[in-house]
Amino acid sequence: MGASRAVVVRHVTRIEGHGNIVVDLEGDVVKRCDLEIVEAPRFFEALLQGRPSDEAPRIACRICGICSVGHATASVHAVEAALGITPGPKLQLVRRLNMAGEWLQSHILHVCFLVAPDALGAPSIVPLVGSHPDVVKRALRLKRLANDICCTVSGRHVMPISYHAGWMGHWPDRAALRTLQEGLIAAAEDLDALVELFAGIRWPAVERRAEHLASLEPGGAYPMMGGPLHSTGGGVTAPEAYGDVLHEYLVDHSASKHVRGSGGGGGGGGGTIRVGALARYALAHGRLHPRAREAAARLALRPDSANPFDFVAAQVVESVQAHQEAVDAVTALLADPAPEEPARAARPEGGRGVGMVEVPRGTLVHDYTIGADGRIAAANCIIPTSQNLASIEADMRAFLPALLGKASPEIAHALEMLVRAYDPCVSCSVH
Amino acid sequence: MRPRVAFFSFGSCEGCQLQVLSVEDVLPELLAAVEVVNFREAIDDRRDDYDIAFVEGSVIRPEDVAELQAIRARARILVAIGACACLGGVNAIRNRRPVAELARAVYQGRQDGVFAALPDASPLAAVVQVDYEIRGCPIDRGEFLEAVRSLVAGTVPAVPPHAVCVECTLRGTPCLLEAGVPCLGAVARAGCGAVCPAFGAPCEACRGFHDVPNFEALGEAFVRHGLGRPQAAEKLELFNNYREVRRAWEPAGPSSSAT
Repeated sequence: MGASRAVVVRHVTRIEGHGNIVVDLEGDVVKRCDLEIVEAPRFFEALLQGRPSDEAPRIACRICGICSVGHATASVHAVEAALGITPGPKLQLVRRLNMAGEWLQSHILHVCFLVAPDALGAPSIVPLVGSHPDVVKRALRLKRLANDICCTVSGRHVMPISYHAGWMGHWPDRAALRTLQEGLIAAAEDLDALVELFAGIRWPAVERRAEHLASLEPGGAYPMMGGPLHSTGGGVTAPEAYGDVLHEYLVDHSASKHVRGSGGGGGGGGGTIRVGALARYALAHGRLHPRAREAAARLALRPDSANPFDFVAAQVVESVQAHQEAVDAVTALLADPAPEEPARAARPEGGRGVGMVEVPRGTLVHDYTIGADGRIAAANCIIPTSQNLASIEADMRAFLPALLGKASPEIAHALEMLVRAYDPCVSCSVH
Repeated sequence: MRPRVAFFSFGSCEGCQLQVLSVEDVLPELLAAVEVVNFREAIDDRRDDYDIAFVEGSVIRPEDVAELQAIRARARILVAIGACACLGGVNAIRNRRPVAELARAVYQGRQDGVFAALPDASPLAAVVQVDYEIRGCPIDRGEFLEAVRSLVAGTVPAVPPHAVCVECTLRGTPCLLEAGVPCLGAVARAGCGAVCPAFGAPCEACRGFHDVPNFEALGEAFVRHGLGRPQAAEKLELFNNYREVRRAWEPAGPSSSAT
């Protein structure tokens, strides 16, 4: 037995929410390696109980500031599924445009504001304002554009307003869409520069197989608005049967539930899974727009990557994809911006409905039962970060042997970078 | 010398801090006016020598009380940001139910360790003195910047005293309540530009109430437009369910026997 030492990071910085890294070593033996999730329980599933179903998207989006459009979307999909409402094509298109805005906003925030400082040797984006002004200005312009997309569609990005089952509370008009289109066209260069920046960055090599999951929509579009859950193990599961492949469980050190998969797709006996940009890229790289494929080639991103640091490159690729999706959606809406008639409920008496969508950090599930009184009787939400937590811990264990010769602060810094690569959304995971 | 500012969050979605990060076009100017010494979501520094603390979120866990008191002790000025910090917000919808029941619904009944929660989700003012509030769910970035300007200049950030209905009228948005939608604009504090009704959703009073809210009249207006008084009570609970706030309006308020 060698000497004991502990590596502890209280409240990892540059992530959303509160998480602690706690590692206990005895010589070269890892006795403990946890990502403690110490965020306040807010009991969102219980908050939704008894509320009128029309309020659901507006309550559910409060789960998370960063992915509030994703929560509103999953929530409204769950209500629509429960009430037998089929959203019209234009409604789907407008929601997709908003989701593309949120992907761009979230990915840019992560790769430029939270991760780029690691790559450029800074403790935050603040010193980069002086040392790398172009990087910062580009990031701010792209984030502004992403905000503008969501403001145009849903009034604001954080807590979108206009989501209703079967209809939109607001339709963007031609003038607003034109303004957006100008901004989108001007941003193409900034995205090219973003790809170049990250093409020059090398990350540590941590290789660990896990089952990768993504919800692929029918029709061949890049996964965003939801469909059957596909696994790198080959399985395909209908959204309402998610409980067959996503198993939630409690651990003592995390206020967020952990989730294990079916054990296929390289997940091993522990059934560790990954969701998010890396998993979507693994399962749907063939569905990317040629511009995004070019970006992936420039970043040398492999579809079979088992390195969690590649989440960053995958998010850069998806930033290009989200930009292109927004360009396409705005072009289509400009060709015919007239509002669509609301879709009617085929089952107003209610029932169970599952909304499963791909939010920036992965597959998000909202599962509601709506009673005949129009109120939510039961709710369950499964958050992408919860699904990734067991993999984050397993990856930290896989990374540690390469770090053992280093001083504790260096180990801590390396593990923080690993956690950060996943872009965890901690308060969201606890909800 | 630039004032040193810090950002902290308790039980919340951290969306208000995200709004702070959404000041894209003026971020360099903002960083020139203040020195950010603690902002876990965005920077590695974590110093305790701050003048102004911006605090997001509700007091939810037992340990939140001491942590918030420590922040209060260090900060010259403590500013509550967002509905969770100012009102309890959606977190406080749960306050009508015992924690044990919530724990059974969500955590297989566990209330120990990381699963522990206080009986009520509370606004910051239930625990410490709050000097200023920036209202809203989420906060408005323009209002945040205005508050920073005021604090740097040593003046008091302004809070609009009037109702959201005034802003709807100025904006030309047709009245949702008249169309039978349960909207709280008549009692809700303004400052948001009435963005929700303009985007097709009722006002749910995420900024709390204005200076002279008339709940009796609100209940009557709900009935006049084909809604029930319980619907008014239920709507008021969405962001304003914290017990102190309830006490303020319940004596004259609509029947609280909702649902």
